[in-house]
Amino acid sequence: MILTGKNALVTGASRGIGRAIALELAKRGANVAVNYAGSEAKAEAVVSEIQQLGRQAFKIRANVADESEVKAMIKEVVSRFGSLDILVNNAGITRDNLLMRMKETEFDEVINTNLKGVFICTKAVTRQMMKQRAGKIINVASIVGVSGNPGQANYVAAKAGVIGLTKTTAKELATRNIHVNAVAPGFISTDMTDALSEEQHKEMLALIPLQKLGEPEDVAKVVRFLASEDADYITGQTIHIDGGMVM
Amino acid sequence: MADVFDRVKAIIVDRLDVDEAKITMEASFKDDLEADSLDVVELVMELEDEFDMEIADEEAEKINTVGDAVNYINNLQG
Repeated sequence: MILTGKNALVTGASRGIGRAIALELAKRGANVAVNYAGSEAKAEAVVSEIQQLGRQAFKIRANVADESEVKAMIKEVVSRFGSLDILVNNAGITRDNLLMRMKETEFDEVINTNLKGVFICTKAVTRQMMKQRAGKIINVASIVGVSGNPGQANYVAAKAGVIGLTKTTAKELATRNIHVNAVAPGFISTDMTDALSEEQHKEMLALIPLQKLGEPEDVAKVVRFLASEDADYITGQTIHIDGGMVM
Repeated sequence: MADVFDRVKAIIVDRLDVDEAKITMEASFKDDLEADSLDVVELVMELEDEFDMEIADEEAEKINTVGDAVNYINNLQG
């Protein structure tokens, strides 16, 4: 299998897209550390599913925006797995509001988790990956980071930031054989999108050439490709997974 | 146990793939040993592992020559 013997860490892996990514990597042979912040029971369920596939897995709590927690997490993952080949920066939150109503705390919380968290986790794994002279980092951005989206100034700013961070990290680490790419999911069916009204759903569908929502697995498969040797000549890219919404 | 300078030299030879003769106490990583910024960061990481210590970022930024690194380690161990 394409990821046999690889060791991965997926942040925010207890639910939604992160969960699908963790399972997809495991299906293709990888051992997976399942990071979560709050949903411990759900993280445990993901761990069991992975173990049933015959791979190693364990859950590990850490707030990605907290550098000391992240450092401890990376240390534990490396000591349990022996290496860390794949990092998927997926953890994210939303605090949607119109710009005029958005509180500074709402802005900061989203930037801290969704953007600073990617910086902290990336920095923390770089030492290990540089030593290995190999690594794959995949950042889960969002199509709204490319297109903008009313009501999500904080989220869009963070995701656009992730795309820029992806490009810079890719350039800095290329000589060490560390590949850094992003995926930009569009309208994917998760808890996050279930929170939208029926009217909002309809409006979104009208913008999607493929005329359907994506599934978390649609994102997971592209992440699995970027994590594999098949993508060894790709770095610094942002792959849109959005049914053609933004071209 | 080998002398600090020899241990540092071994790491530099391994990482930067340079001629041993070029590695003197006065040699500048960037000017004489053709290291780029990332190489220096990586060397510091290797030194931390080799000598089982942590070099703070502010201190690491002051390490420009082989001698800077050797003296830093000697001071810490002395």
